[in-house]
Amino acid sequence: MALLAAYALANAWAAPAAAPALPRDSVYQLDANLTDSNGRALSFAQLQGKPRLVTMFYTSCRYICPLVVDSVKAIERELTDQERQRIGFVLISMDPERDTPEKLASVMSQRRLDAARWMLLRPDGENLRGLAGVLGIRYRALADKEFNHTTSLVLLDAKGRVLARSDRIGGTPETEFLAAVRKAATP
Amino acid sequence: MCQPAALLGLLLACSSSVAAETSQWVDLPGGAFRSVLELADSPLGTGIAPFSMTLTPVTNRQFLGFVLAEPRWQRDRAPTTLAEARYLSHWVSATELGNNALPDWPVIWVSWHAANSYCRWQGGRLPSWNEWEYAAAADSTRFDARDDPAWRERILAWYARPSATALPSVGLGTPNAYGVKDLHGLVWEWVDDYSALLVSSDNREQGAADQLKFCGAGALSTSDRDNYAVLMRIAMLSSLEAEYVTGNLGFRCVRSP
Repeated sequence: MALLAAYALANAWAAPAAAPALPRDSVYQLDANLTDSNGRALSFAQLQGKPRLVTMFYTSCRYICPLVVDSVKAIERELTDQERQRIGFVLISMDPERDTPEKLASVMSQRRLDAARWMLLRPDGENLRGLAGVLGIRYRALADKEFNHTTSLVLLDAKGRVLARSDRIGGTPETEFLAAVRKAATP
Repeated sequence: MCQPAALLGLLLACSSSVAAETSQWVDLPGGAFRSVLELADSPLGTGIAPFSMTLTPVTNRQFLGFVLAEPRWQRDRAPTTLAEARYLSHWVSATELGNNALPDWPVIWVSWHAANSYCRWQGGRLPSWNEWEYAAAADSTRFDARDDPAWRERILAWYARPSATALPSVGLGTPNAYGVKDLHGLVWEWVDDYSALLVSSDNREQGAADQLKFCGAGALSTSDRDNYAVLMRIAMLSSLEAEYVTGNLGFRCVRSP
């Protein structure tokens, strides 16, 4: 009982500072801790503030994952400079054990991802399944350290509400999805 | 009763129900286990590490204690991205159970996120599919009763029963050989990696974009095709999203030593 009360009180006091007002249909309502490619810790909710394109990947995979980066780059390429400045691209690793900040940083430079709008994030292991849950992504770790996973690009508004999703990967974005990204990146 | 009030007052008012709800945990030894999911990448079976599992599924009374301590999980406040609109819709209010949710009945209408948060709050986690399947392979006398047709028939008979009838309370059944109760016959249960089931093993090939969706039954190479009961459970779990709730899906927690 005492322990419960202490737990509840700690949470009640922490709440005003830690939880900015988010709508109930925001994915950022999920409590999750992440680390970026500079080793900086952030909460999932801290991604609010601008529309973002979010998906999941892992860096050591041989096949699909380069394609995941390609898919997002293909969308980036279609945007005007102004649109690009108003949107963020977020790739969350499903392999936090191996995707260290250093590993993520090397992908940032190898794939020439502009740090002004790209973020590669490593979630805390215990938050991984929950993050995949709010993004509607399914994955399974294989014995050979690779992953099977579904691939969805999820477009979020500045408050973390899902605006659109696309399951197509590769170099040609879906027309409707691209239009939704454009619209989100237009004031 | 437990009307919303200042947090401390509320906790004090409800202290009897909260304090009474320490979960009972049962220790399971783990070991080599042959999952019905004969995954292409682990053909030799699965090793299960020792773990503890709650004696019964989580009850309404226990879950009420959780939402009183964690008001953000009350049904009128919970984010819809974490629990869809029907979450706890059978309770009479956000903080009262009522006649459709007796205290000792297993809690249902809970999402994966809510169940996961409850287990973390208890210092545990949701069981993995393998842990659940391992524990549920036992009947009252054998650790692995899965090859017994009579045992399979009993489980299938439960699946065939209409779920409109009122739920029994937890803990009334006979414990299985490990000492765990109600793994069969009461409610379906969430597992931590519900979204890892039925993800195709062929989807890493470049250009196979259409196969990136998990491929239904084609992805499932079972070692035991006659075990329909387990296959039904896998099919059910793999159809869920993390915010879904249903009227026959509950959960229990596990923890590692």
